[in-house]
Formats: sequence, C-alpha cells, structure tokens
Amino acid sequence: MTTNRRGFLTVAAATAGAAMTPNLNPTHQHEHEHQAVPSDPALRVKALESLLVEKGLVDRAALDALVDAYEHKIGPRNGARVVARAWSDPAYKQRLLSDADAAIAEMGYGGLQGEHMVVVENSAKVHNLVVCTLCSCYPWPVLGLPPVWYKSAPYRSRAVIDPRGVLREFGLGLPEDVELRVWDSTAELRYLVLPERPEGTEGMSGEALGALVTRDSMVGVAKVSASKARNAA
Amino acid sequence: MNGVHDMGGMHGMGPIVEDKNEPVFHQKWEGRIFAMNRAMGAWRKWNLDASRHSKEVIPPAEYLRMSYYERWVAALVELIVQSGLTTRAEIENGVPAAGSVKVVPALTADKAVALVAKGVPASRSANVAARFQAGQRVRARNMHPVGHTRLPRYARGKFGTIDRDHGVFVFPDTNAHFLGEKPQHVYSVRFAARELWGNQAAPQDSVYLDMWDDYLEPA
Repeated sequence: MTTNRRGFLTVAAATAGAAMTPNLNPTHQHEHEHQAVPSDPALRVKALESLLVEKGLVDRAALDALVDAYEHKIGPRNGARVVARAWSDPAYKQRLLSDADAAIAEMGYGGLQGEHMVVVENSAKVHNLVVCTLCSCYPWPVLGLPPVWYKSAPYRSRAVIDPRGVLREFGLGLPEDVELRVWDSTAELRYLVLPERPEGTEGMSGEALGALVTRDSMVGVAKVSASKARNAA
Repeated sequence: MNGVHDMGGMHGMGPIVEDKNEPVFHQKWEGRIFAMNRAMGAWRKWNLDASRHSKEVIPPAEYLRMSYYERWVAALVELIVQSGLTTRAEIENGVPAAGSVKVVPALTADKAVALVAKGVPASRSANVAARFQAGQRVRARNMHPVGHTRLPRYARGKFGTIDRDHGVFVFPDTNAHFLGEKPQHVYSVRFAARELWGNQAAPQDSVYLDMWDDYLEPA
C-alpha cells in the first residue's frame, strides 16, 4: 500500500488546528483546499461515522458494542483476578507461567490483543517491566486498553534505555542487586507481570487479594502493597 | 522504516505524565474511532500490520504533535481511501458520492462481541523449521528497510541469546505490504542491557525482544 502524504497532512491540519504555526507548515499551499474540514477531531470523527454509516460500511450498534466492551467489561480487574488466583493456587501459578493462554482462559478471559500471552514473574531477585517501544501493544483481555502514559513518547523511549529511572519516576526504587528484565512487545506476544504477593496477606480471600492488585503492578511500574487501597485504574 | 515511532532509547521526550483516575476514553470520539477502526477492519481490505504501518508513515512532526487517537483518525482515513471503501471527496464532503450503492455492514454487534472474545491469532500452523534454538547466541541483523518492520533500531547489529521459541507467526515486514504472510518462528531474545546501552546500564539488567527468524543471524 502506498502512502499519500498529502492525505495525512490533510488530517494533520484538521486535527492540529489551523492556528498552529501556519507559516512554518510546508503544506500551507494546500490549506485553502481543506478549509471546509472541521478542525476539531470530535467533529471530524462524527462526520466520518455518519459517512460510513450512510454508506452501510459501519453498523452503529457494532461500534456501541465495542466501546461498551472496553469501557465496562474488560479491564485490569480481570488481570487482578488472575494474579490473586496465582498467589493462592500454586498449581494454577505453574500453569499460568508455562501456558498463559490456557490458564487465563480458565478464568474466562482471552480474545483480542491477548491471543498469545506470556506471564513473567517478579521475585525478590527479579523485576519485570513491560513496554511497547514501537506503538502501544498491551494485553487487552487482562488489563483493558492501555493508559495514556504507556502509549506516550516519554515511556516508550526511556523504558528500555533507562528503566530504573522510569521506575523511580513511578516511585519505585529498585535495589541495585535486583535483576531488571524489560519486555519490549515487538511481536504478537502480550506480557502480563505476575507481581510479588505482599507480606501480611496470609489468609486473605482471593477477592481481597485481587483488590490489592493494581494495573501498574501488572505492567511492572509498581509493586503490590498490602496496605494500599485498591487502585481505581 | 526508520521512523519516529521507533523511539526506544531516544532522549528528550520529557517526563512521564500519569493520570491517576484516567477514563478508558478521554472523549467520546476516541471510543468511536477506536471502534470504527475495528468495524472497518472487518472488510478485510487490510491487516493488523498494514494498520500499524499506516500510523508509522505519518510524517514525524505530525506524529509527535498528534494525540494517540488523532493518529488513529489519520491512519484510518488513509486506509479506507487507499482501499477504495470511500473516496477522499466523500471524506471531505461528509456524504456519500452521488449514485454510490449502500452496502450491508461487515461487522454487526453480535460479530463485534465475538471478535473481542475470540481475537485474531497471528500464529500459524505452517510446518516451518526453526533456524535457532533456546540458548543459542544470535545477532540482530543490521537492516534498515524503508517499509514496515518490528525490529527496533536500538537492537540492530546487537548480540543476544535465544530465550525461547514462541512458534510460527505471520511476518509483519511482508504482511504489512500485502506481500504474503511468510510464516516463520518468533523467539524471545535476551539482550544484556550493557550490550544495548553500554556501561551506563546495570550489569545484570536485560531487554527481551520478540524477533522473527528473518531478523536474526547466527553469532
């Protein structure tokens, strides 16, 4: 597929707003052609949806179902339940580490962007951190859609070259003798960190354990604390 | 391609900004473009790799200036125009061209729910021999294709060790350009952080990348 540079700039002009450095923009000679294009992405997306619905290319009910799935049904609570079970069921933990797809499916989770899962285990000696330097690959069925920081240039650029600095920025100082493994999601494998079970949680129910497990701990930018309130994310 | 999307190891991108109580979609249009991308993908005029590449070819200055979902808008518009599902004039006018025939949507709500639950595996059952095995020393090829690739610049030419073989998968470098799936083995390859970044990295740290056979040579 070839790329039409002019096309991207059409969109760029529309999404970035005409007020942004118009005289420095090498495409300014085209601007007169696109003045009718709404500059607000909300308007542009609304117009695109109307067009695609009118052409019969898109069913609004399908869009609603997709938005609903990721807004209300799929999120880090799924991953937290997987982690809590692994903490309290050693046989399950072994299955999770050796065949993550099957073990996660046992809990009823799986699907889009989690077709090929790998679970990596944190310990007192090893800490794992997940990134996608090239885009935004993330294990949707267990964590939902990624937060903005995960998809952002600062995280993507530095997680591989300065992971200890990144962790400090998240408030996690990693001891010097701990081995840090960064997983760059460059293929279709999707990574979930199995955080360490915090001390003082002996005898807690699976549900109570799950409530301690945060999204950030399953990406590897945080540890799980026994006292910390459940992360709203 | 050596694009700005390949940002592993870059400096100067600023601090990581966390939003503690972040919604899934910050504005309604983000959810709509997210869903439209899937619904239009159901026409099977392109594939996941082509969809990724359509964001990578956004010119660098625009790429960095746009928000994440603004890139999705730009990329989806290009994909649907280039695949002939709509014309650019229709996008700009917001209405179907006179005389265009209304079709039946490829993705219904039922199919959308099934798509989310089942996913789209990129693995293949093709009987392809593995060129490498766990424990073997390898070198990431020093290659700079102008098209799509999932071999980041920071790993090219570097030495690593095969950690495990994940099996056979579609090869993005050809698939993104509709040149076939070229199924081949994907390995998790461990690179010592010092091999990638020199002595500034901690000696015991490492970065694992998933790499296709065609990205690797024996070391």
